[in-house]
Amino acid sequence: MKVSYFPGCTLKTKAKDLDAYARKCAEVLGVTLEEIENWQCCGGVFSTSRDEVATKLSSVRALKAANDKEQPLVTVCSACHNVIKQTNHQMQTDAEFADKVNRYMAPEAPYGGETVVYHYLEMLRDLVGFDKIKEKVVNPQTGKKIAAYYGCLLLRPNKVMQMDDPENPRIIEDFIRAIGAEPVIYASRNECCGGYVAMESPELAKKKSNAVTSNAAAAGAEMMVTACPLCRYNLVKNGSEIPVVYFTELLADALGVKEDTNA
Amino acid sequence: MQRIGVFVCWCGSNIAGTVDVQAVSDALAHEPGVVFSTNYQYMCSQAGQNMIKDAVAEHKLTGIVVCSCSPRMHEATFRKTAAAAGINPYMVEIANIREQCSWVHKDMQTGTEKAIILGKAAVAKVNLNTPLTPGESPVTKRALVIGGGIAGIQTALDIADAGFPVDIVEKKPTIGGKMAQLDKTFPTLDCAACILTPKMVDVAQNDKIRIFSYSEVTDVKGFVGNFDVTIKKHARYVKEDICTGCGACTEKCPMKKVPNEFNLGMDNRSAIYIPFAQAVPKVATIDPNYCNMLKNGKCGVCSKVCAAGAIDYTQKDEFIEEKYGAIVVATGFNPISMDKFDEFAYNQSKDVITSLEFERLTNAAGPTAGKLLRPSDLKHPHTIVFVQCVGSRCDACAEKGKEYCSKICCMYTAKHAMLTRDKYPDTEVYVFYIDVRTPGKNFDEFYRRAVEEYGVHYIKGMVGKVTPEGDKLKVQASDLLANKQLHIDADLVVLAAAIEPDKSARPLATMLTASMDTNDFFTEAHPKLRPVESPTAGVFLSGACQGPKDIPETVSQAGAAASKVIGLLAKDKLTGNPCVASSNELMCNGCSTCERVCPYGAITYENKEFRMPDRTTAIRRIAVVNPAVCQGCGCCTVACPSGAMDLRGFANSQIIAEVDAICK
Repeated sequence: MKVSYFPGCTLKTKAKDLDAYARKCAEVLGVTLEEIENWQCCGGVFSTSRDEVATKLSSVRALKAANDKEQPLVTVCSACHNVIKQTNHQMQTDAEFADKVNRYMAPEAPYGGETVVYHYLEMLRDLVGFDKIKEKVVNPQTGKKIAAYYGCLLLRPNKVMQMDDPENPRIIEDFIRAIGAEPVIYASRNECCGGYVAMESPELAKKKSNAVTSNAAAAGAEMMVTACPLCRYNLVKNGSEIPVVYFTELLADALGVKEDTNA
Repeated sequence: MQRIGVFVCWCGSNIAGTVDVQAVSDALAHEPGVVFSTNYQYMCSQAGQNMIKDAVAEHKLTGIVVCSCSPRMHEATFRKTAAAAGINPYMVEIANIREQCSWVHKDMQTGTEKAIILGKAAVAKVNLNTPLTPGESPVTKRALVIGGGIAGIQTALDIADAGFPVDIVEKKPTIGGKMAQLDKTFPTLDCAACILTPKMVDVAQNDKIRIFSYSEVTDVKGFVGNFDVTIKKHARYVKEDICTGCGACTEKCPMKKVPNEFNLGMDNRSAIYIPFAQAVPKVATIDPNYCNMLKNGKCGVCSKVCAAGAIDYTQKDEFIEEKYGAIVVATGFNPISMDKFDEFAYNQSKDVITSLEFERLTNAAGPTAGKLLRPSDLKHPHTIVFVQCVGSRCDACAEKGKEYCSKICCMYTAKHAMLTRDKYPDTEVYVFYIDVRTPGKNFDEFYRRAVEEYGVHYIKGMVGKVTPEGDKLKVQASDLLANKQLHIDADLVVLAAAIEPDKSARPLATMLTASMDTNDFFTEAHPKLRPVESPTAGVFLSGACQGPKDIPETVSQAGAAASKVIGLLAKDKLTGNPCVASSNELMCNGCSTCERVCPYGAITYENKEFRMPDRTTAIRRIAVVNPAVCQGCGCCTVACPSGAMDLRGFANSQIIAEVDAICK
């Protein structure tokens, strides 16, 4: 199976291992990630102002590139996924916006949001299948108590993201089960880590961050997994009492390819 | 050839405002068969009806067309008029020129054109109408009440009071339902058990009432006045007529670790149990999922200690068949599961409970003997947060909650908050609400007392998150009026879970061919004018199976349902609907298609001898319709491949004539 792949800026800098493990695991699972040529930053934050076009063009380019190859587009970073999926949704539903974008980009055939966007987790669930992953696990993470951390961007807004129930998600828990470990359910798993105010109000960010990690630890977790580089950075920087790792790293470990991944 | 009179009604300005009634009566005067045509301001009035009667006599009419409102409104009226004038009532046709014409059109010209067309269709049909005579069927003078909560209890008592025998079928080992689990009842705060248990005893002692507890209805056949019902009586492994309810078995039973459903699993019971002290019937029941004797043949303690010798490990499920004239559905409600509302941490902390669990915690017969102790550590909670509308009015989350208002939560939450503050003045009590809805006699006063006299903190806004931390529950919520985020460290969080119909309601509705709405509440025959009748004749609705209801409303409705049942059972014979299917035996080839599509089981087959043209005798299989069971739905007439099946009063030829008249 071949899919278009949008790594995003952070995965080339701060979160290189998130990217490297994602690629290696995909290989093992029989998925070829074809990195989009000359991709640009997703824009970082999805602007909710309706006349904002410029910051969304890079996302549309990535979507269009995948569409040209008739492939679904796979993302890993929660923030990139959020921006790209929301932009795609706006292309599908906001005719005026789509028209503006198409006039500006002047592609051969206009783009109308046809590309299907998958987060890497959704790819594991819907394209590969957690049962298949279970079969490929050579190093089951038996006995590990792992807390899934969703953060704020991965699941919301639910009407657009359509990944999982934002209040009662289970996709990462199912992933944790698939690799043989035990998920720990705790209340703050879908709360914001405070990353968005890290510059403006570091104290508040620290408070939010610590609330999440201490809640997970109190619920008995020995480790947290996340898909979001900003969450991980923020949780670790603010002194999480338990390790916070990317889900791809854990997957690589379970699939037995962690050591030979050059991160 | 018929002699048809046409009567066009103005309905004041309801019809005449958008339809030129004079033009309609003029146009229809020239239709085939019409010998008289007129219009009048209110055809349904006494004067209008007299006009019809006079015209019948004067013009020797054989058929009548009334162009007026929906036949649901006045078909019966005009049929009676026809009968009084000496015409068969089924020679009357209504052309609905109000609901289907004047009310939906604004333009006089198009409205008039359509009214004429509808009138022509009715005239074309009457030309082919034949006089019909309804059959009669007897009435079995016994009622069945399904569900033994307060709704079923009240209905049964009222029916029995009128002298008719009633059977209550209750799936639990005791009657009493949800009300038996409640502590106090709003708005008067009398204890639920004190007002319910005397009624339960009345039921037990009433010689007109039989209770089938631990039983369920598994099959319903027949029709109004003549239902054949199969009741499955589950084996309780205790002989009901011998058990004295002494409770020795429950004390000695070594298996004591069974979650007690009466206390919502907050404590345990034994494998042989009596649900609560005032249970009716007060008879023990063995839970086969936990009893060691039934599971692996080792134990038998209850049998040894039972002085009456009531234990019978070999008891089997029993099927009882009984005939009933009327069936009352009183299957009640349940709180919805909180599994999908993890934001309130119901599955993460024992101290997040539902309101029904709170009732048990404050009930003297509950797991804490009425002391308000939080389930995790049995400590007295100081800060208590009540969250209303959990899963109610939930249009954004229809897949996990309910779109409707559960109606009872505002009042019971006010009750819980008030009683908590009354008994434990050291507590801080918060109630989060979307709206406070407390209409009802003495209801709003009750809620205001909670706020004004008992100092309950009512906060408009919803709780967004409950995070268990240490022995506290961190509640994050919004105060919409102050436009502030609130953080409360609570000891106990109580969720007012939405209520939904009992799961047994849907299969029961299928058995009864009674209709339900999308939320599985039973539909009433008319939302305003026939609120306790199901559209299926002979099936009546009592209590929360029809929609969320509090106790006063349930009891009123239960009484109303009983009075409808009494009205039915008081009749010796029921007049049937003559518009039923019949099969032309010369055209029927016995293919069974009609039997397969009939939703009422009205069609059977018989072998009949026919004299053939060559004077030989042939035996052929033909369809026979039971007119008492047939509801006249017409499915068979459409399905019949040979055209043998036809519906009286709505014959294929009549429908085609109507279509032809419309398309002409």
